Amino acid sequence: MLGRLTWESIPWSEPLPLLSGAVVGIVILAVLLTVTVKGWWPYLWREWLTSVDHKRIGVMYVTLGLVMLLRGYSDAIMMRTQQAIAIGSAQGYLPPEHYNQIFSAHGTIMIFFVAMPLVIGLMNFAVPLQLGVRDVAFPVLNSVSFWLTATGALLINMSLVIGNFARTGWWAYPPLSGLAFSPDVGVDYYLWSLQISGIGSLLTGVNFVTTILKLRAPGMTYFRMTVFCWTALAANLLIVAAFPVLTATFVMLLLDRYLDMHFFTNDAGGNQMMYVNLFWAWGHPEVYILVLPAFGIFSEVVATFSGKGLFSYRSMVWATLGICILSFMVWLHHFFTMGAGANVNAVFGIMSAIIAVPTGVKVFNWLFTMFRGRIVFKTPMLFAVGFIITFVTGGLTGVLLAVPPVDFVVHNSAFLVAHFHHVIIGGVVFGALAGINYWFPKAFGFTLDERLGQASFWCWLIGFYLAFMPLYQLGLMGMTRRLQHIPDPSWRPLLLVAEVGAIVIFLAILCQVAQLYVSIRTREQRRDLTGDPWDGRTLEWSTSSPPPPYNFAVLPRVETIDAFWQMKRTGRAPVAPAYAAIEMPRNSPAGFITAFFATVMGFSLIWHIWWLAILGFLAAAVVVLIAGWSIEREHEISAGEVAQMERAR
Amino acid sequence: MSRRPIRNPGLLHGPRRSRLLCWPAVGATILLASCAPAGILDPQGPIAAAERLLLLNSTAIMLVVVIPVIVATLAFAWWYRASNTHATRSLDESYEGRVEFVVWSIPALTVILLGGVIWLGSHELDPRAPITAKSDPLRVDVVALDWKWLFIYSDQGVAAVNQLVIPAGAPIQFRLTSATVMNSFFVPQLGSQIYTMGGMTTHLNLLADAPGEYPGFSANFSGDGFSEMRFIVKSVPAGDFNAWLEQVRGTGSALDAAGYAELAKPSKAVPPATYRSVEPTLFERIIEQTLAGPGKAGIGGASRPPLHQAGG
Repeated sequence: MLGRLTWESIPWSEPLPLLSGAVVGIVILAVLLTVTVKGWWPYLWREWLTSVDHKRIGVMYVTLGLVMLLRGYSDAIMMRTQQAIAIGSAQGYLPPEHYNQIFSAHGTIMIFFVAMPLVIGLMNFAVPLQLGVRDVAFPVLNSVSFWLTATGALLINMSLVIGNFARTGWWAYPPLSGLAFSPDVGVDYYLWSLQISGIGSLLTGVNFVTTILKLRAPGMTYFRMTVFCWTALAANLLIVAAFPVLTATFVMLLLDRYLDMHFFTNDAGGNQMMYVNLFWAWGHPEVYILVLPAFGIFSEVVATFSGKGLFSYRSMVWATLGICILSFMVWLHHFFTMGAGANVNAVFGIMSAIIAVPTGVKVFNWLFTMFRGRIVFKTPMLFAVGFIITFVTGGLTGVLLAVPPVDFVVHNSAFLVAHFHHVIIGGVVFGALAGINYWFPKAFGFTLDERLGQASFWCWLIGFYLAFMPLYQLGLMGMTRRLQHIPDPSWRPLLLVAEVGAIVIFLAILCQVAQLYVSIRTREQRRDLTGDPWDGRTLEWSTSSPPPPYNFAVLPRVETIDAFWQMKRTGRAPVAPAYAAIEMPRNSPAGFITAFFATVMGFSLIWHIWWLAILGFLAAAVVVLIAGWSIEREHEISAGEVAQMERAR
Repeated sequence: MSRRPIRNPGLLHGPRRSRLLCWPAVGATILLASCAPAGILDPQGPIAAAERLLLLNSTAIMLVVVIPVIVATLAFAWWYRASNTHATRSLDESYEGRVEFVVWSIPALTVILLGGVIWLGSHELDPRAPITAKSDPLRVDVVALDWKWLFIYSDQGVAAVNQLVIPAGAPIQFRLTSATVMNSFFVPQLGSQIYTMGGMTTHLNLLADAPGEYPGFSANFSGDGFSEMRFIVKSVPAGDFNAWLEQVRGTGSALDAAGYAELAKPSKAVPPATYRSVEPTLFERIIEQTLAGPGKAGIGGASRPPLHQAGG
């Protein structure tokens, strides 16, 4: 009846996961209780859970990313603490079977449920506004995408208290992740949460590629789009091309695990090298799915806060497209040490180094945008400058890793760990935080507290350097990654510095939480009535903050890049007074309900509760079909209502 | 192009001049070597030494670009701050052809230079390329087990667990496989690591210049005993190596089918041990057994088909 699920599946004897699970449970209960007591359910359901407005979905994605950041961070601090104390004869407080789950969960959560939601959320919020349109191409699908991502995040967190998570690292290489070596539910939690959220990501990719290619304001030619829209286009093309590879790879691993097949096993003709190749054929483009939109955000931020158009817009676009294509040609650099011949390694090494060219061009272009500009150091710009300085050295160590013989000695070491945190924190996280500080006033109509924002920036910057520079050093000293126990006592001082760095990063997160709290408390003083708090250049600043549901009462007519800047200069009012009725998509519960049944299905599949899995799948399919065939999908806002809303601005 | 042997001039003395590159790497050396006594910055063999040189040279090449960029970023950010009344500004300028040309050229030239380094380095330091030296090479077969390393000296007919004794100055030709999940065989002070994978053979050539003890370990996560999956490489003078062989042959047990089956069971933090004799084709049999799957084949069974060489 309940498959593998028994009373013993809950780790009663392990206090740590149980305690953290209890804390999370209490927090969730408290939130639900508050919402119920205050009677906010109808509002939440109407305005958020069933919303198909790209701005609301964007905000929910970013919220999900920030909440998961807390989870991913708690894993990180647990690992750092274990490595700082389990040295020599000391064994630390985490046994291997627990420690191994933590680093696997940390990697999986940070990539799939922090970085992806933050980046996709910011794209959701800003791309339609920057394109000068009213929504994405498929608004209901957009809601489905979000809720499927949330399903994945929920499943992965359930593994904390019901069963266990994978003990394989976030790549889940077979044969370790196969049935023979990982018979429990851990890898199944990993696979199903990523399969379900992966479908969400793929749908997002389809949605945004369509939106950018087919829905743009009148006059918005490709070469008048913002660089952020270009990077969003490139990232979503990568999603469309790369995520099916991941899904197919996981399907094969699932067949190995559920039907005893032999795609990746040691025996019966399986080939583990195929998994490694396929995983990174998705994995390397994934890096650029995350970092290209971050580059786009920095392009917007640097131009806006330098009071200057982006230097050499066209080469920025070509560099973006170049990276987009090159990112598919370098996957082998993740395993130079597999024993391929010198020619193969050399070609992939050179291809990897070539990516540094368009990336270097971007850095120079940001630099020349600042040159002779008038730079205003608000929080987003601080993140941008911190990013440039951090990213060039992170890129340097990346190119080092692209030199095969150098990789032979630093592969899988703490040096590698330092490198990818260097580019992911310095690039993606700084980018997302810059984007959040930059677009927050647009989303909510008031600015974030500047003092706490800057404090958060400095803590992130200093914390990052303290936490990861020692890891470079440790990697050179011969420390490999994923060690539950440290053999060499001489590594202790550097590990302690890294621990301090992790604590400083915690201060950074605290500053952000405080920034949000203080800003919300004092929102009346910090109202942005202009809609354009930063003297912006692009169309999202031409509408009110927060924008009306339809974004633009009259679609803007675009004649140049930086269209809003030109409108402000020529003194032409961005909004013409002749209002017409606007058709907007209706809210739809399809996403939420589909995700509910997808959660049921995923959980049942993990625990082999077959009847419930079939029911969950059928129910989800029926909801999708009903939503797909529904006829009344739009509602009209009459010209009078539009005029009324516009007057109220 | 591939498999060009690496020459090893003077094993113990004399400054080694790599034909690869003679770039001055002063800045990088200061940056990287100032505080790390062990590990890959303290190479004890020609492969590790060449790889360190490559690491320092590549770093130096890139620092030539990266340091000016960092300085310029800070300088521009400071000088063009909004409150600076002395700064010249031209807020309408967003394109300049000559700058554009330079902007593409600098990274392109750097990468062309590095591309050459990558091509030459990949071929010079191909893990399969045999090392030529005055001493005769020693063949060692390596098997990754849960969670320990088995070293088979098939020519000498002995085996060891979690300790690898080698003669200093002799090229070691490794064949490697795994009887379990993927691992990576790595001795940082001797150079290149290589994956070990079930049912497959990888190849690696290393050499220790001088007698000494160097830590080795698995560099690819392989499960619960991974952290303790460590071994010691003991590089000894050639005469001592023969003495060690004699001593091993006189003590311990033989690694027969039953002994291997016992050894292959998962165990953690296994202390070093030796076997006085070993089945001559054990390595091939382990590969075959891994390919056949659990319970479908046994080591040393009487009715086995003829063995064949598996893998590359």
